[in-house]
Amino acid sequence: MFIEDFKIYSNIKIAENTFVIGVESNQKVDDLKPGQFFNIQVSENYFPLLRRPFSISDVQGNKIFFMYKIVGEGTQILSQKKIDEKINLLGPLGNSFNLQDDFENLILIGGGIGIAPFPFMIKQIPNKNYKVLFGVRTKIEAHNFGLKNVLYSSEDGTIGIKGNVIDLLDEELKNLEFEKTKIFACGPNAMFRALQKYLSDKNILCEVSMESAMACGFGICQGCPTEHKNSDSYKLICKDGPIFNIRDIVI
Amino acid sequence: MSEIDLSVNVGSLKLKNPIMLASGTVGYGNEISEFIDLSQVGAIITKSISLKPRKGNPPQRITETPSGMLNAIGLTNVGVEEFIKTKIPFLEKLNSTLICNIAASSIEEYVECVEILDSQESIKGFEINVSCPNVREGGLIFGNDINMVGKITKKVRAKTSKPLIIKLSPNTSNIFEFAKVVKKEDGDAVSAINTLVGTSFNIYTRKPKIKNITGGLSGPAIKPVALAKVLEISRNVDIPIIGIGGIMDWNDVVEFMIVGASAVQLGTVNFINPKASIEIIDGLINFCKQTSLNKISDLISSRILE
Repeated sequence: MFIEDFKIYSNIKIAENTFVIGVESNQKVDDLKPGQFFNIQVSENYFPLLRRPFSISDVQGNKIFFMYKIVGEGTQILSQKKIDEKINLLGPLGNSFNLQDDFENLILIGGGIGIAPFPFMIKQIPNKNYKVLFGVRTKIEAHNFGLKNVLYSSEDGTIGIKGNVIDLLDEELKNLEFEKTKIFACGPNAMFRALQKYLSDKNILCEVSMESAMACGFGICQGCPTEHKNSDSYKLICKDGPIFNIRDIVI
Repeated sequence: MSEIDLSVNVGSLKLKNPIMLASGTVGYGNEISEFIDLSQVGAIITKSISLKPRKGNPPQRITETPSGMLNAIGLTNVGVEEFIKTKIPFLEKLNSTLICNIAASSIEEYVECVEILDSQESIKGFEINVSCPNVREGGLIFGNDINMVGKITKKVRAKTSKPLIIKLSPNTSNIFEFAKVVKKEDGDAVSAINTLVGTSFNIYTRKPKIKNITGGLSGPAIKPVALAKVLEISRNVDIPIIGIGGIMDWNDVVEFMIVGASAVQLGTVNFINPKASIEIIDGLINFCKQTSLNKISDLISSRILE
């Protein structure tokens, strides 16, 4: 873990309210794992007060990229950052996706800004086939950020199928052998609830990357608990997660 | 210029500098020690320990507010037994002054916790939490009851000769009356303030943003309140005060000391910048050099009110 000022390398709008910011260090950034995140201080004057957690979306040499959506004043400030400005990163934080399992088919499910960690993840397993199922509200939120085989669902039917990403998943799984399929999902809790229910009678591996409000990101504030089926105490999304087996969490 | 003396005394507690890390913002030391050398700070105060383990409140536990944050963690901790077995060995190695914060639901539980922990050599003092706003039993019910605060101080005092600090609630009028009681019952010091009770609602769902509905407000938003409470105690009671509330940099520390604090605790800032304590200590040294101050303790209660 480190706390370090990075120089902003790029900050590009890729879809409605959706941006990718690239930051650059003087040194090579090593040991980053897909699924991990950084807690970023978007303002130097403590307004807004808390850092914001963002998944690592891509790494290129000494550059790290984060995809984000404008949802409040923190991300609004971030969207206005200019190239060469400095920004403070705390991380890398959290555990990472388990890519060691025996799987051939990879399904990546993203809801909202949820596809954010997948470009970096896909780089680690270049020989695997994958499909991305991306649920958006409407067409102008859709993008692919370099990912291939992206299928969409939209609430208003303006892109892909009309419906949610679980409807899309249901269609896809009809053509696949469950035993050799692993799902990775990132998005809001409501999506995980639906996914957990949908997968309850299917023998299929699924890891999810959970989101939560958090203050520190490294375990001292205890602000991001989640119920875990195999533990009497809460697990912390920042430290024990953010990646959990979907069968272990109580959403 | 001679070496700057940053040491301060808080009653019988001697600290190498006035910077303490507040309970609940330093865990059991292990996570934050990845960022800083904890032997550099005046003291660290463990998260509240209760007799039995506590799971804490359900999520959502925190939310951001203007210049502050609301939390309702609910005193999550491993309990005294596990604390001694698995946490103390690591804390001992840190070579930092260790203060143990105690939370309880009854006077007997406070007493029992202190009795068990008093024999631990590495614990240099106790801070008694009578003011957590986020638990049903104990917490603010005790902190708002002056007789109860007196009784707790008296009963715990009888069980330990180590420095005894009572952490006071701002959610009361006349905080100085509580400090008076602590002094009367031979408490060494008071820490002021714990968090302020606050809430925040989502205007679209019309639901509270944290599950507990109310939580404890901390951060820069509460600094003026904390300063006023420290001043109130300092003007009315001759007892060492540890100032807490929205301290973000060395300027804030100087302000608290001038107003009447002998030492301070850093809380929310540890979440945002876990290196803040070390940066603040450097800032204090520079301030002393700039203002030709050889001993930082000369700042304590040096306010000019006219």
